[in-house]
Amino acid sequence: MTAMVEAKGVHKFFGELHVLKGVDLTVDRGEVCVILGPSGSGKSTLIRCINELEQISAGRMIVDGELMGLREKDGVLHRLSDKEIARQRSKIGMVFQRFNLFPHMTALGNVMEAPRQVRGLSKADAEKVAREQLERVGLGDRVDHYPAQLSGGQQQRVAIARALAMEPELMLFDEPTSALDPELVGEVLAVMQELAASGMTMVVVTHEVGFAREVADQVVFMDEGVIVEAGTPSEVIDNPQEARTRDFFAKVL
Amino acid sequence: MADRPELIRARPVPRPSLWVWAGIVLVLAAMFINGLLTNPNYRWDVVAQHLFDPRVVSAVGWTLLLTVGAMAIGIALAVTTAIMRMGTNPVLRGVAWLYIWFFRGTPVYTQLVFWGLIAVLYPRLSLGIPFGPEFFVFDTQDLINAFVAALLGLGLNEGAYLSEIVRAGLNSVDKGQWEAASALGMKRSKTLWRIVIPQAMRVIVPPTGNETISMLKTTSLVLAVPFALELTFVTNAIGNKAFLPVPLLIVAALWYLTITSILMVGQHYLERYYGRGFDGETQTRGSIKGMSKKQASILASGTTAHADANLEVTP
Repeated sequence: MTAMVEAKGVHKFFGELHVLKGVDLTVDRGEVCVILGPSGSGKSTLIRCINELEQISAGRMIVDGELMGLREKDGVLHRLSDKEIARQRSKIGMVFQRFNLFPHMTALGNVMEAPRQVRGLSKADAEKVAREQLERVGLGDRVDHYPAQLSGGQQQRVAIARALAMEPELMLFDEPTSALDPELVGEVLAVMQELAASGMTMVVVTHEVGFAREVADQVVFMDEGVIVEAGTPSEVIDNPQEARTRDFFAKVL
Repeated sequence: MADRPELIRARPVPRPSLWVWAGIVLVLAAMFINGLLTNPNYRWDVVAQHLFDPRVVSAVGWTLLLTVGAMAIGIALAVTTAIMRMGTNPVLRGVAWLYIWFFRGTPVYTQLVFWGLIAVLYPRLSLGIPFGPEFFVFDTQDLINAFVAALLGLGLNEGAYLSEIVRAGLNSVDKGQWEAASALGMKRSKTLWRIVIPQAMRVIVPPTGNETISMLKTTSLVLAVPFALELTFVTNAIGNKAFLPVPLLIVAALWYLTITSILMVGQHYLERYYGRGFDGETQTRGSIKGMSKKQASILASGTTAHADANLEVTP
């Protein structure tokens, strides 16, 4: 069985700025990988490289056994078309820090959109899927609300339902609770915890050390574009070997 | 109720200048109206006689037809070229840029004269394989008569201006909307039509209303083609023939004012529908009276950046 995510020597430049400096990461199927690290350490860039929202500059990003955004033929790399990349992305759900719900659609409309437009489900089938997913994140009674009529926590749960409606094999969370008021963080983390328990493969960038300790199978600590340390939560959070890791947790815990 | 505080009922700051200005304006207005009514050169009898002259009424119809037709062509071209300019194909981007550069860079009057002369430049048009056999041949004169030439001239020019408005609207939509849609596996074209354009409408619609009002009056330039059935030309012709240009100018002005007023009412409602909630923070949350839930949601989300709704981009 191949790993779900395999990053091999991944580099990313934004112009002259070297953001990722050779990242190797393996996330197995069913595993929850939490990436921690200070701001500007490259963790958001790394997660955005997994679903090709950013193109990597060097190395290989392999998801579900497929090279992301590229095809290697006779030792030559070819870029994939918009359509092929869209197909690859449709298997990967993503949840953003700022929700990015479609404001002109209701919660139901948001969740139905991709099943209708990408998976090609009928309206009735898409609605059925969408209602199920909204029910799952505890918003069965909010389906007809527009995003602006929902709290931040509810919006983020709709965003999770929207991603799940595509029946992804991998879920990416890019600081899903960072834009939320403190009292709303818990409801989003609870949904994510339930999702992890259901066996979903997840890569989570977050500042919630408590969530990492409780839910993660693998904790990755990043700083200045490299993975400083990776291992189980108790290894990395409670018993860090590197000075940089110790400094970080000394500040946040 | 016992604890209800005594509300402040202060006198406003005295503003004597208000009364001074009111007096000045009143006197000036009275002088102006008196002049309008007593000056026999205005020939109000001729104005009244020609206001609903069948030739004038039909000219109003042609003017409206030109306005609506040219705006329709303009909007279609604008959306197409704006999407082309935002796309990934450098050839199409170049074509769109060239179109805007040329049609914005030359006077609309010149373009209209050119369209009027197209049959001289290209006496016949044909449909066939480039540099190969021709299947259908037309006389340009039959295909592009004065009305079509006027419509093409106005529409092509308008499209170049509107294209920039549409592009500004598309650019005003938050990048996160593109990212969310592509992360779900939606292709660029689908994202554009389903996600981005509906949100860009808030920025696109108000200046388009403005452009429509402007177009109404720009139609008077089609005498350059020459197309001789629209309002300005017809009223000028009647006025010159009767040696009474002033009353006929007034007839034309009254009609333009009337139509503009009707369009302004329409624009007001469109702007209220698409643009409200951006003037004050208090209005950005929740729905606003007279606005659909959908529109209120777009506003409240703040996914579209503010752009000047009355952006003046008219030639």
